[in-house]
Amino acid sequence: MSLLELEDVTISFGGLTAVESASFAVNPGEVFALVGPNGAGKSTIFNLVSRYCTPSGGDIRFEGKSLLGSAPHDIPRLGIARTFQNIELFEHATVLQNLLIGRHTHRRSNAISEILHLPGVREEERRHRLAAEKVIDFLDLQPYRESRIMGLPYGVRKIVELGRALAVEPKLLLLDEPASGLSAEETDDVAFWIEDIRNVMGITVLMVEHDMGLVSAVSDRVLALADGKTLVIGTPQEVQTDPAVIEAYIGLGDEGVDE
Amino acid sequence: MRVVFKTSYDADLGLFVHRYQAFWYFLLLAAAVVLPFVMNDFWIGEVALMLIWAIAGMGLMLLVGHAGQPSLGHAAFMAVGAYTNVILQTSLGWPFLVSFPLSGCAAALAGALLALPTARLHGIYLAIATLAVSVLAEDGIVMLAPWTGGVSGIFAPDINIFGVGFNRYVNAPGFYWLTLGVAVLVVLGYRNILRSPLGRSLVAVRDSEVSAQAIGVNLAWTKAVAFALSCGVTGLAGALMGHFAGVFNHETFTIFLSITLLMMIVIGGLGSIHGAFLGAIVITFLPLVISIVREFLNERFGTASVMPPGIETAAFGAILIAFILLEPMGIYGRWVKIRTYFELFPFCRRDMFRRQRGYLRTERIR
Ligand SMILES: Nc1ncnc2c1ncn2[C@@H]1O[C@H](COP(=O)(O)OP(=O)(O)OP(=O)(O)O)[C@@H](O)[C@H]1O
Ligand SMILES: [Mg+2]
Repeated sequence: MSLLELEDVTISFGGLTAVESASFAVNPGEVFALVGPNGAGKSTIFNLVSRYCTPSGGDIRFEGKSLLGSAPHDIPRLGIARTFQNIELFEHATVLQNLLIGRHTHRRSNAISEILHLPGVREEERRHRLAAEKVIDFLDLQPYRESRIMGLPYGVRKIVELGRALAVEPKLLLLDEPASGLSAEETDDVAFWIEDIRNVMGITVLMVEHDMGLVSAVSDRVLALADGKTLVIGTPQEVQTDPAVIEAYIGLGDEGVDE
Repeated sequence: MRVVFKTSYDADLGLFVHRYQAFWYFLLLAAAVVLPFVMNDFWIGEVALMLIWAIAGMGLMLLVGHAGQPSLGHAAFMAVGAYTNVILQTSLGWPFLVSFPLSGCAAALAGALLALPTARLHGIYLAIATLAVSVLAEDGIVMLAPWTGGVSGIFAPDINIFGVGFNRYVNAPGFYWLTLGVAVLVVLGYRNILRSPLGRSLVAVRDSEVSAQAIGVNLAWTKAVAFALSCGVTGLAGALMGHFAGVFNHETFTIFLSITLLMMIVIGGLGSIHGAFLGAIVITFLPLVISIVREFLNERFGTASVMPPGIETAAFGAILIAFILLEPMGIYGRWVKIRTYFELFPFCRRDMFRRQRGYLRTERIR
């Protein structure tokens, strides 16, 4: 059974159809990429899965159950974590605190026991901290542990946001342009991390990315979108050579969609 | 600069960063406990008032400074606390030890009830909605005259705990120690909130509602909890304020009190417990300083017209504007900078404290 399934999903914003009958399924253990020119509706698909928007038609299923009855804050509890295209971190908190906030779905204590700081709360805090430290080690964030987000460079923020999503310990990770604005080396790091996230942590990845180099390096299947319409689903190779995709990226030359 | 070597995760879970810090806070607490032995009753009363302001300030600080929800209605919750406390004692004859916590609960309930319909409001709209609550509260007190005494007011009975009286004038040290005890308990609870998942979820709601939802924070529920805790603590301060004032009516808890509370925490420093205390010190002692200066000038120049009445309000306003322009982090923010300067001496650079712009903050997704 596929992990995430979109069936005939359509949404429009005041006359503009941002996504038009999108249908695809992401299998467990897969890295699935969405590509397409600006305004194609890639982020909108993420927002539909996160339940920030409600489709006007179709259904979105996760592990066979429809997500349409869930509120946005229920989604991570089901096992879906995400990052944002325009980094959305907790600016006045430290990197460590951001990762710890990511543990919210694993909270077992209630407000009263926390106000009294009962022994169980402390025990739980240690476990959250251990999980956050694992993420810090994985992403090499040690130098920034106690830094506030406000003062951090763009590349580090991008990685902290990935870390916060990993702290959720999801089954499915949605990455919205994980490599945009990163240097070539940083992009290579991201490619390694995505492979490890899939192979070592066993997390399924659905990502939006413009960097075709990264897409071909890590993804199993690619869906190309333009103006909300699905053009083609296939391997990175197939998608890059598809005439309709090249057409959509017209002006980018003959080397396909590589930017 | 003192480098703290952390050898376990518990080092970050403690109440204090290191032992020296613990030492200074215990010294401060010890000094506060022995204060009545070195001060006369008038000044002890003033310090007790300062503590009451600080308790109310901590309540508002949790909501505004940590959960990021502005409120101009907190005078109403002080009123709920003050009236509940007195009515339970006089009408039902319940002891202070029961009526006092219940007054906090009543204010917390009122706060949660306000949070439910206003959960979708942000910034200025929420401020206006809470402002309306403040205005309504005044009318409510007058309309509920059979219980509240309306315009003529209500007398707060003397606090009596197991036969010991805590009248503010008869037993000034006792009343002071009582408020000190409440303040210390509130500080401990506040610290515990900040180092637990609840505190982090408040910060999440303040900094980015979009990603708070994306990591599973229920916005409406979290805001309701923030309002309940905040209003509950402010209600406790209201109950103490009622006993401090001895008699109060609808004019005690006006919109101006709400504004004063908000000014207090902004001047003290938003987002820190210290800020509530520093702001409370300013609010309590500024009128005293002004009246001392006024007397001095009157004596010296023999004229009462040098300082018009209402100068206190004007001074508060001027101080507030100065802080917002020059030091948005409040007195506490200034103190942290001075401390850092000396800790790093002589390596401190001006640019270290330059204000950073929030980078790439968008609400585009909404
Ligand atoms: N909440 C919204 N309200 C109105 N219009 C929206 C909203 N969200 C997206 N759109 C519109 O839908 C279209 C698709 O937007 P989307 O953000 O999904 O594009 P994208 O494929 O992610 O593009 P990019 O590569 O620039 O990120 C755009 O025309 C955008 O303006
Ligand atoms: Mg996008």
